[in-house]
Amino acid sequence: MGMTITEKILAAHANKKEVFPGELIFVKLDFILANDITGPLAIKEFEKIGVDKVFDNERIALIPDHSTPNKDIKSALQSKILRDFAKKYNIKFYYEVGRVGIEHALLPEEGLTLPGDCIIGADSHTCTYGALGAFSTGVGSTDLAYAMATGEIWLKVPESLKFVYYGKLSQWVTGKDIILFTIGEIGVDGARYKAMEFSGEVIKNLPMADRLTICNMAIEAGAKNGIIEPDDITINYVKERAKREYKLYYSDKDANYKEIYEWDVSRLEPVIAFPHLPSNVKKISEISKDIYIDQVYIGSCTNGRIEDLRLAAKILKGHKVHPDVRLIITPATPKTYMQALKEGLIEIFLEAGASITPPSCGPCLGGHLGVLAEGEKAVATTNRNFVGRMGHPKSEVYLANPAVAAASAILGRIGAPWEVEVKK
Amino acid sequence: MIFRGRALKYGDNIDTDVIIPARYLNTTDPKELAEHCMEDLDADFREKVKEKDILVVGDNFGCGSSREHAPIAIKASGVKCIVAKSFARIFYRNAINIGLPILELPDAIDEINEGDEIEVDFESGIVKNITSGKSYKTFPYPPLIQEIINKGGLIEFAKEKLRKGGNL
Ligand code: SF4
Repeated sequence: MGMTITEKILAAHANKKEVFPGELIFVKLDFILANDITGPLAIKEFEKIGVDKVFDNERIALIPDHSTPNKDIKSALQSKILRDFAKKYNIKFYYEVGRVGIEHALLPEEGLTLPGDCIIGADSHTCTYGALGAFSTGVGSTDLAYAMATGEIWLKVPESLKFVYYGKLSQWVTGKDIILFTIGEIGVDGARYKAMEFSGEVIKNLPMADRLTICNMAIEAGAKNGIIEPDDITINYVKERAKREYKLYYSDKDANYKEIYEWDVSRLEPVIAFPHLPSNVKKISEISKDIYIDQVYIGSCTNGRIEDLRLAAKILKGHKVHPDVRLIITPATPKTYMQALKEGLIEIFLEAGASITPPSCGPCLGGHLGVLAEGEKAVATTNRNFVGRMGHPKSEVYLANPAVAAASAILGRIGAPWEVEVKK
Repeated sequence: MIFRGRALKYGDNIDTDVIIPARYLNTTDPKELAEHCMEDLDADFREKVKEKDILVVGDNFGCGSSREHAPIAIKASGVKCIVAKSFARIFYRNAINIGLPILELPDAIDEINEGDEIEVDFESGIVKNITSGKSYKTFPYPPLIQEIINKGGLIEFAKEKLRKGGNL
């Protein structure tokens, strides 16, 4: 019996010839990460174990991206714990404010998460790196503490689901729409405990940014990991960035899938996930034109990359943000910010009347830099629209791609990109 | 491990943002986290849990963010154990790793009412609804997970391995 790419990577890291879904194994880790929310808890647990060093100081990233630049005294104390630990144990990849970006945008950009890797992170969106052909999954802080001490973790080998997309995407339809559509079809627990393998001609033609967006949201279907087989696009992406050796794995032709889903997405249009679940998906042409909004947020590990900002700028150019709307834009990393500046995107945003924040998770988790008040509605390019996710428990979040978000900011209500004139 | 208590019921897809909202994540102190546990879902949770300390919940409990603050807040609130139709996977790991006993019981949850007295036996995987007189059997844990639970969590598991002179 053949193996899937997920099974092959896990077998290789468990030092076994083959592994089977359901099997509990210990795997060696190539890279691990934590942030300023999960890291301090991991450090507290690490110190209880009683070892005097970390397993490898060059394979750990500590990334203060959630509440930084420090939003209050308590969060300042949390990031200080991270900083002090990084110094004490000589952690190579600690990123200080000014150099820090949102973890899941930063690490691929830095060439630290690579094809064939086995990665865990104390953050649920660690599944993002599957876009590079890696096995990558989110865990909690205690798991991370154990991994910092040992370089290992226990895992159950997941069953795999295969998603095959055919056809050609229409204008304004992005990776975000593919993944929202998919979650809408299978539900928020449709892939619980399982691996989601994304494939087919549509995926083969997608740029890395869209692939990262798709794998980022595998967790929103409950998946353990999302993964895409590496190809030329992958290799072109990693070859100038890679800070280590990497290895390419592919699924066997006779690999075993729990289920195979096949869709022609040629007629897919931009979709919106309504409150309060990412699976509550509606087509943009079918929603009413009177959902007035207070805020639009373009950013996050899902859609804060340069490609996302370019798409937003294309719509916003020469337009003004609606008087009743606050548009907040967060370039996900300092490099993205710099690139946006060089390309004139930041100027377009400022002229439109947007607020630009430093790279941070900020509003995505209702932390700071744009928290919603009671009764407010927001369109966000983020990944979660749970009750209270971006602020008050009685606020609402609508998830969308960057083009829809930008168009909505201009219109003052949820609207489609084609309702706005694209200016040269 | 056998727990006996009254059922406190919630539905499907209870996410970790609602168990402990991000605005309280600037601390790791269990007591402080417990003060805000579930407050966006049920303002009376802290009162109710004094009487009803076994959570009986629907599908996909603990979905969303990986924050371990969620099971920590629940444990520190005085919840003895959780019985669910199913758990989201990161929450499942986290609960086991911090020594919060949890059990999946897909078919019986709908037959348990809020306030029912129930008994959960983790060794045998048997859940008894004392109020209705029904009992249910579920799969026991695989040996590795049982070992982590018996040690009281992953950190104690790691310490014991070290004590025995083994490599971690
Ligand atoms: S941007 Fe949002 S989803 Fe991504 S890591 Fe930050 S808080 Fe989590």
